[in-house]
Amino acid sequence: MHALKKNRPLRRIVLASAATVSGMVMLLSLKPHASPQAALALPAPSGSASASSGSGSATTGTKTVTGDTIQTRWGPVQVRVTIKDGRLTEVTAVSYPSDNPRDQEINSYALPRLRTEALTAQSADIDTVSGATYTSEGYRQSLQSALDSAGG
Amino acid sequence: MGTVFSFDVRGGEPVAVQTAVREAVAQLHRVNEVFSTYRDDSQVSRLARGELTVAECDPEVAEVLELGAEAEHLSDGWFSMRYEGRLDPTGIVKGWAVERAARRVALAGATGVSVNGGGDVQLLGVPGPERPWRVGVSDPLRPGGLAAVVSAAGAAELAVATSGTAERGAHIVDPRTGRSAVTDLVAVTVVAPTLTWADCWATAAFAMGSREGLTWLESLPDVEALLITAGDEVLITGGLAARLG
Repeated sequence: MHALKKNRPLRRIVLASAATVSGMVMLLSLKPHASPQAALALPAPSGSASASSGSGSATTGTKTVTGDTIQTRWGPVQVRVTIKDGRLTEVTAVSYPSDNPRDQEINSYALPRLRTEALTAQSADIDTVSGATYTSEGYRQSLQSALDSAGG
Repeated sequence: MGTVFSFDVRGGEPVAVQTAVREAVAQLHRVNEVFSTYRDDSQVSRLARGELTVAECDPEVAEVLELGAEAEHLSDGWFSMRYEGRLDPTGIVKGWAVERAARRVALAGATGVSVNGGGDVQLLGVPGPERPWRVGVSDPLRPGGLAAVVSAAGAAELAVATSGTAERGAHIVDPRTGRSAVTDLVAVTVVAPTLTWADCWATAAFAMGSREGLTWLESLPDVEALLITAGDEVLITGGLAARLG
């Protein structure tokens, strides 16, 4: 296991969603309703990702970056990442649908798993994952935008 | 297909590469329109009902059906394009479409391409001068964890396909009974140069079960695999160790 090379930007992924929404088994898609609502979260700059605190360059020191707010059928999803010396050390969901008990129930187990997956991918220094993954497209897009912004 | 595709593209002239990615995405949407068995009006649905002939469909339909027939033959029927008696090439379409998308982007000049379609991956080239593509294999028994990491070091093209109980869209059937296959496996990951075949072989071996599946995969040229049983045993083909890291 070795750390990301100091001067290599964090990987960039062009996300493209193809095919019908109905078949997606994104975690959040399992929810039987559609009710976008205000996120509980801390207001963060919308539109583009921004570094909310930082010391040093993209690859040294600790940096916290908030990803784009991704609108999903169930509400906005936004994550914040902490990058220390070029490595992802924390992922926090700052906004996610939570307006009813079902949302809360789903997110109580989904969010820790999504966080684990992101950190596992980082620690194993891998580019992608084969097999069933526990994924939410909104989470992934926001995470990617945060990484792009941090690494770019 | 109801799947998310992600592209990770390195190198090449940015405008040409972006154009190629857009075209590849448009092609994936078209593939969904033509091949979806969930849409009554898709060409494949109409073909299955006898409302169209193969010749009246997009030329890709004939291409995919021909590849599927070859996969059925080579797998002794364990891979099948029929589900409950109806034409259903779903099992081959995704791998084929992802591979084609990756090749399109590489042709535009990208030096490294990784396309992941719902957990099945085609890799071409390299992500950087000092580093091969690395693919985690998710551990079906430990959500969020990895069972292995496959390195594409030394391979200009490599595909990693996983078939398992958590997989969507693939109907895994025992050709002898026509019913859902009874398998002791929870996942089969196949590593081979091209995703069209890797995906078919993973599906077929999953249906075969660990014993027959492992023996059969060992017999195929340029194919390595990792099989995980419901009892959490991990079986690998002889040459896979060289790809793990």
